[in-house]
Amino acid sequence: MLTSADIATLWLTCKVAGLATVLMLILGTPLAWWLARTTSRWKGVCNALVALPLVLPPTVLGFYLLILMGPSGPIGQLTTQLGLGTLPFTFGGLVVASVLYSLPFVVQPLQAAFAAIGDRPLEAAATLRAGPLDTFFTVVVPLARPGFMTATILGFAHTVGEFGVVLMVGGNIPDKTRVVSVQIYNHVEALEYDQAHWLAGGLLAFSFSVLLLMYSALKAHPVAHQLK
Amino acid sequence: MLFNSLKSVLLTLYLFSKSIFLTLFLFSVNAIAHAETTLVAVASDFTKPMTEIAAEFEKATGHSAKLSFGSSGKAYTQIQSGAPFEVYLSASEKYPLELEKSGHVVANSRFVYAIGKLVLWSAKPGYVDDQGQVLTKGGFQHLALADPSHAPYGVVAEEVMAHLGVLEKLRPLFVQGENISQTFQFVSTSNAELGFVGLAQVIDIASGKIGSGSGWIIPDTLHSPFRQTAVLLKTGAENPAALALVNFLKSPTALAIIEKYGFGLPK
Repeated sequence: MLTSADIATLWLTCKVAGLATVLMLILGTPLAWWLARTTSRWKGVCNALVALPLVLPPTVLGFYLLILMGPSGPIGQLTTQLGLGTLPFTFGGLVVASVLYSLPFVVQPLQAAFAAIGDRPLEAAATLRAGPLDTFFTVVVPLARPGFMTATILGFAHTVGEFGVVLMVGGNIPDKTRVVSVQIYNHVEALEYDQAHWLAGGLLAFSFSVLLLMYSALKAHPVAHQLK
Repeated sequence: MLFNSLKSVLLTLYLFSKSIFLTLFLFSVNAIAHAETTLVAVASDFTKPMTEIAAEFEKATGHSAKLSFGSSGKAYTQIQSGAPFEVYLSASEKYPLELEKSGHVVANSRFVYAIGKLVLWSAKPGYVDDQGQVLTKGGFQHLALADPSHAPYGVVAEEVMAHLGVLEKLRPLFVQGENISQTFQFVSTSNAELGFVGLAQVIDIASGKIGSGSGWIIPDTLHSPFRQTAVLLKTGAENPAALALVNFLKSPTALAIIEKYGFGLPK
């Protein structure tokens, strides 16, 4: 059965994935909007940069984050000067690393959804004297709702399933940075297969319910309804 | 006359080329019959010495060894699931014993190939004293070690701290690497001020001393014997290269390499 240590890792995973998803939506929305609308020559470069974490193997990305966020790395020196200390082996460090790693999964669906809206609804809103922010929240966000749902689901799911980066940056500290994927791996390595099966089964059931819930919510409000 | 001499030249050429082809052919048959390849699972802490041993092995026997590096636990699980490894060099005694129980091992093939040595190491020069008193003094935020739940270096690291009576005091400062390489990365990037690593990772081969930073080579008396154990797996029972490699690991050439990289020799 699940031990209290196992349940602690599940809870920590929810916290990391939840917070990372919120942050990715806050960061990813303006970024995706800009990428979808801009004609800047930097667009290609930015697109490529956002997609880069997909290419690097997670442990390699984790290794470089460890260097960058460490005491002699540029990010590490910045956070130390700000009085935050260094990020590796902390909950905050785990969230920052997860945001970097999963960001493409949030930005890309949003960017596609924004691009699909086109100019006409925006022009229509402008003729009705809606300001840019007003247009964004009353026209763009409802129209891009499926994009937001997909981005949230993918961002959350990808962070829950992450292993290499969090193992590297987190340092596998019980209750602090040991997430469920690391705990399952630990059980397997320690040949505690029964516990690994229980926890992996629990994770699958949990993830399936969350995804099912989100997809049902998506189906309950079809886009066609809003386009009328 | 001219025709005759031409004929003899051609005949000579023919015989000559035939003998060359025959020799080449015999050589290649020879090579096929005797040079075999064996697939070896190697504990990641033994990466450097094993690479050099494999090169010497090829020179000495003509056989070749393909090396697959990784954590001993991972290799164990893979072997249980039918991985084609023929020789298994584990970082601990535990996994080879388990494989013996499950019937994957050639009888009486288990032997200790090296004794692992543990070092308390910091990337900062002068940080770790040669008695390890820094552990009792404290003043650091993170102490890196390999995960004691499965990694042998982590198990002995805990034993050392228990012996010094600081285990429970230091436990909240632990950051755990999945294996000894990751643990080394935590310390070498200074994210952890100090940590327990393998001597092989920090030794300078030319001088035989710790190459950079500062460290304490922990005496064997502070922990249980760290016997790195190898077995010949049943998959390799019929392969002359696998048998030759197992023997080669006990040869003076191999032992010299093992010692050079900071391991103790089996007694």
